[in-house]
Amino acid sequence: MESHVPHKQRLWLYVLTALILIFLVLPTLIVIPMSFSSANSLAFPPPGWSMRWYESFFGQEKWLLSTWVSLRVAFGTMILATTLGTAAAYGLHVGSFALRGTISSVLIAPLAIPSILLAIGMFFVYASAGLLNSMLGLVIAHTLVAIPFVLITMTAGFKTYDLSQEMVARSLGASRLKAFFTITLPQLKFSVISAALLAFIVSFDEVVISVFISAGPNSTLTKVMFSTLRDDVDPTIAAVSTLMLIIATVPPLVLQLLANRKREP
Amino acid sequence: MALTDTSLGHIRPPVTDAELAYNARALEKDRRRENIQLLRLALPALAIVIILMVAPIGWLFSLSFVGEGGGLSLENYSRILTEGAYVSIFVTTFKVAVLVTVFCVLLGYPVSYVLAMLPDRWAQLLLLAVLVPFWTSLLVRTYAWLVLLQRRGIVNETLDALGLIERPLALVNNMAGVVIGMVHIMLPFLIMPLYASMKSIDGNFMRAAANLGSSPGHAFRHVFLPLSMPGLIAGTMMVFVMCLGFYITPSLLGGGKVQMIAQRIEQSVSLFPTWGPASALAVVLLVLTAGFLALSWLIVRRLTANQ
Repeated sequence: MESHVPHKQRLWLYVLTALILIFLVLPTLIVIPMSFSSANSLAFPPPGWSMRWYESFFGQEKWLLSTWVSLRVAFGTMILATTLGTAAAYGLHVGSFALRGTISSVLIAPLAIPSILLAIGMFFVYASAGLLNSMLGLVIAHTLVAIPFVLITMTAGFKTYDLSQEMVARSLGASRLKAFFTITLPQLKFSVISAALLAFIVSFDEVVISVFISAGPNSTLTKVMFSTLRDDVDPTIAAVSTLMLIIATVPPLVLQLLANRKREP
Repeated sequence: MALTDTSLGHIRPPVTDAELAYNARALEKDRRRENIQLLRLALPALAIVIILMVAPIGWLFSLSFVGEGGGLSLENYSRILTEGAYVSIFVTTFKVAVLVTVFCVLLGYPVSYVLAMLPDRWAQLLLLAVLVPFWTSLLVRTYAWLVLLQRRGIVNETLDALGLIERPLALVNNMAGVVIGMVHIMLPFLIMPLYASMKSIDGNFMRAAANLGSSPGHAFRHVFLPLSMPGLIAGTMMVFVMCLGFYITPSLLGGGKVQMIAQRIEQSVSLFPTWGPASALAVVLLVLTAGFLALSWLIVRRLTANQ
């Protein structure tokens, strides 16, 4: 949409927008130079450069162990949430049973419910089921949080897809399962990858639930970071933050660029 | 399948009423069986959500009506509504949520407007500035603000160098720090839906207004602004509701001085063996969340129906 006001007259609007965008980006990126600081304080700009905070990160078991826990939990969540979420999205999209609307609302609800409520609820269930501080418990908990994202992404994917292709395959003798895996899924590759990536990141970045249900050797990176931040501001966290920033932003950005390229060949 | 004659060479379509009825029944049975299979696909996901979310929330709900003596009572609710400590938590929570929402609207509206006006290529590029923070962990961004806002942090140093302040401002471990950090976290949640809804406004409306002699400012106020309302209200309500349940950012940037509902729930659960008041708080938080979401849905529906 074009506007009828000359660019010069709305220069103030452009400057304001630029300032707000800077407000959004800079604080996010500031952890990168901070992590290479040579100082023990949080002075900025850093008085000198060094790798000491990365050495500190790679030298402490609590960071290495919790990073490994977080990566494994995120991977498990990615597999479980993508599988269950895609199955549910397919069933709800294709089926025409009465409970369809109710079921999809229930599956999307974790998105709207404050995580503190999910956290204390899960804490209670896990305490009685003996799943507290376990990897399995973390994966299932994070799957619950990731399901809405997978469901929304996959439903959008199915809506752009012509299901009669599956009917053609089935009329030619393929089973429903075979038709889905050989005809539908390959064409929705992009949605599946997006959904899986979302699930991975949602799990990797999840804090509140992890704070409640993980402890000891199965603490997630976010839990260790949160409890460290509560006590003191250790600059090692700048190095941790930089690593988290890379893990969580690079894949979606690559995906976004790929999507843009696909749209305008 | 109920084909009546399958002799080689030709297949006779069903003709008699009995045949047609038989076919209809068979198809209906087929359809029903297929629907049950499709329903089953959603069950594993549904089981997780019911066991880990629906059931415990129902349990919290029932717990909130049990008094200290073990009998049915409303004492948990009367406590959180009359005790000063609880009332001030509600006041703080609403104050933070309102402030954050207002700032998000003030900052988010112009950005979304400019992005919607720009050519797609430019808008896509600038949207990255909204997406990078969106994808970045809330913990990382809260930490960044802890660094930026401290007594001798960049914000204070810059203001000092510019001669704008004489003493460092107290920007963290107080309400200001919490609001700044939360605005930064919530802003993308306002910009993205608002930008999308502005993008879908037909440019011909603005052109028609200009054609009919309306000044750009007038056209904006009377045409564009009302048309962007559904997106704005949906985004605003979402930001407000999400603010009500914030836990991490107020805990870290508030320095113990800003107590919101979620923090209080966490404390009660981890400090006291009785979950009574905590469960009542949880129910109140849930009802507020659901209530405001339903309200925003109703408003948006009415607005879009009028257009």
